[in-house]
Amino acid sequence: MCLGIPGKVVEIRDGGPLRMAMVDFGGARKEACLSYVPEVRLGDYVIVHVGFAISRVDEDEALRTLELLRTIDELALEQELAGGGDEARGAGLASS
Amino acid sequence: MTERQIAPTAADTPAAGVAPEAAAGVAPDPANLACPAPIPERARVLLGHGSGGQLSAALLRDVIGPALAAASPGGPLNDAAVVDVPAGRLAFTTDSFVVSPLEFPGGDIGDLAVNGTVNDLAMMGAQPLALSLAYVIEEGLPIEDLRRITASVARAAGRAGVRVVTGDTKVVGRGAADGLFVNTAGIGLVSPGVEVGADRARDGDAIVLSGPIGLHGIAIMSVREGLDFEVEIESDSQPLNSLVAAIVAACPEVRVLRDPTRGGLASTLNEIASASSVGIELEEGSVPIPGPVRAACEMLGLDPLHVANEGKLVAIVPEESVATVLTAMRAVESGSEAVEIGRVVADHPGMVTMRTIVGSQRIVDMMVGEQLPRIC
Amino acid sequence: MKYVDEYRDAEIARKLVEEIHRVTTRPWALMEVCGGQTHTLVKQGIDEALPKGVRMIHGPGCPVCVTPLEQIDKALAIAARPEVIFTSYGDMLRVPGSTTDLLSLKARGADVRIVYSPLDAVRIAVANPDRQVVFFAIGFETTAPANAMAVAQAADLGLDNFTVLVSHVLVPPAMTAILESPTCQVQAFLAAGHVCAVMGWTEYEPIAERYHVPIVVTGFEPLDLLEGILMAIRQLEEGRAVVENQYARAVKREGNRSAQETVFRVFDVGDRTWRGIGSIPSSGYHLRPEFARFDAEARFEVGDIRTREHPACIAGEILQGTRTPLDCTAYGVLCNPQKPLGAPMVSAEGVCSAYHAAGRGLAAPTAFPLYDLSRAER
Repeated sequence: MCLGIPGKVVEIRDGGPLRMAMVDFGGARKEACLSYVPEVRLGDYVIVHVGFAISRVDEDEALRTLELLRTIDELALEQELAGGGDEARGAGLASS
Repeated sequence: MTERQIAPTAADTPAAGVAPEAAAGVAPDPANLACPAPIPERARVLLGHGSGGQLSAALLRDVIGPALAAASPGGPLNDAAVVDVPAGRLAFTTDSFVVSPLEFPGGDIGDLAVNGTVNDLAMMGAQPLALSLAYVIEEGLPIEDLRRITASVARAAGRAGVRVVTGDTKVVGRGAADGLFVNTAGIGLVSPGVEVGADRARDGDAIVLSGPIGLHGIAIMSVREGLDFEVEIESDSQPLNSLVAAIVAACPEVRVLRDPTRGGLASTLNEIASASSVGIELEEGSVPIPGPVRAACEMLGLDPLHVANEGKLVAIVPEESVATVLTAMRAVESGSEAVEIGRVVADHPGMVTMRTIVGSQRIVDMMVGEQLPRIC
Repeated sequence: MKYVDEYRDAEIARKLVEEIHRVTTRPWALMEVCGGQTHTLVKQGIDEALPKGVRMIHGPGCPVCVTPLEQIDKALAIAARPEVIFTSYGDMLRVPGSTTDLLSLKARGADVRIVYSPLDAVRIAVANPDRQVVFFAIGFETTAPANAMAVAQAADLGLDNFTVLVSHVLVPPAMTAILESPTCQVQAFLAAGHVCAVMGWTEYEPIAERYHVPIVVTGFEPLDLLEGILMAIRQLEEGRAVVENQYARAVKREGNRSAQETVFRVFDVGDRTWRGIGSIPSSGYHLRPEFARFDAEARFEVGDIRTREHPACIAGEILQGTRTPLDCTAYGVLCNPQKPLGAPMVSAEGVCSAYHAAGRGLAAPTAFPLYDLSRAER
């Protein structure tokens, strides 16, 4: 369920009863409602589902996840050499 | 053609080019028709325009005829045309076009109708000789729209190097056609020595695609009611006969030529795999999909491999010819972005596969029913 | 596309698969809840790249698939009325009711329109004051905020020609129902990322604890799924059972408060029937009494609905994860995407359609005859 696509807020329209925005999904743009993400500003990325932004993309977390994924084989090697507990990986992957 | 009196009603606006006397129900004076009245701004097509009488003649003479003049020089269009055909094999095709809206980014139903039929001929390895043009017009269509679309037909025909030699016009009541339905039929001369068909692909052959996919379908969807989104994308509708000429010159043994229209690249490749009883393996990442097409597909939950194209072709050629074919295609404008996208194999006959990111083979299926945007 | 392409990196995918193989020492059965996750797993062949003993059981996370037959039949009865403009998300158009579907009804002249957003349905109501506009409000918790806003808007605008046919279902009660079943084999869950983006994951903590099952909130791209599977297997191997968040870039523990507020202003929780599964207590949303005037079921008398599932369809067992499409006698024979007997074959997220599209268990290639007269001459 739940086709939610990340897109960039490129224009904000405050005119009507609901706060709307033009969101760019990498070349295709469509209007989305920002009512549920009042903290979002121009240039932020949001996850859009059926014309509503349901979440703001946390870019720091995104980077952190990617960094971790990129080095997954190095971490595995470290663990093999250390011969034991994977607190580092566990702590890194689990999120607060 | 018989004369008919069409009693005007208060709701009728004067038909284009018809003298006031005819509109008022009085027998027209032929001499007056030589000096047509200026076309009213908001004139619309009436049922009478299709009935074969004065209004029909006026429509042909004042709207359709002049708009087509560039594409069909040499006098009035008749119910049938006689064409001089050089010796050889004749390809013959027909197609009807019902696209809505009639005009969309990058084209309209007029050029679509010409390019579609020119391309059907080209996919048989044939250069077009002549086209017919038949309209089924919904009562109420603005005359201006008809003129503009017909001018589009003329331009497209000129671009493809073919003439519209005959045609037909009918008008149906409101609601019976989506503004305008167009049928084009075409004859073409098949290049000597060329034998192409969906059943001719062989194990080891190379598969070439003439350019990026998904443009036409997304362009149409972007202006369809209820979906509207913004993309900098235009339909890729264009004639492919010069591209085919280049391919045939470089490789007369070309096995298959197909344009992936409705159903997209996936459906076309599946048809070929099935007809030839071969498998097809696509290289992951090799199919060019423009960024905005991808974005629109992600947004609506569509598969770019199922989106319609109008100015692209798939060519299947013997492996040893692929480099020459690509060079030849890239020298023609409509083939400038040609790429090899995969191979024909003996495995899994009838199936098309693509390698996934985890290294397994994923089946690329045929489209089922209409593509509907989804939330899931 | 930013935040999409990076999570489809082939090299990282292969490394993740290797790591999963490295840490797995025993057979495990995991369930991915969401249909979107099922779709990616099957399409990318991820489930087939996992270690031999690791089984992915596909969950009932396809709102299209679990919308009760009775609601579909009600939708069809309402859509057939001449004064109604029936609006729906695209997914529902081909779902078979007892005798027909919305697309066929549309072909026979009913005014059925696909909308991308529920706000579009409200706009249609404003533009057509002399028609009754009905919106088919289906979905899990992810879609509830949007559907709720449509009702709230209709109320603010004072519309008297807009109603919703509600069929919302909730994930945690479904997970509990599956865990309570005597035939349950699920040892860990990949929770639905976007459901949690809205609701957060606090509801899953008591489930993880009570049933001792790891629950990993997971995204939808191939790397998200692989990482989610890795995290779940690690917990299983270590004997841990907590809620973890793989989809950190979009999900926070408390979820989206503002969305939750609107959802609970418009809806309250009640019992719901799940197609193929049966009634699950407190597993759905219904309109609150203050919004009862927007309830399509109240406004339209649809008479006696007698539902009838096709006898060969085992959708219920498939949705509960106890059988797969490969166990179904009708799969690929009587039942295919063009002529679906049940919802999981017609929904893009349905298990059966995912399997069929991937060609699994089909004897012959899914080829269709060519309409090509030229071949007759050869």
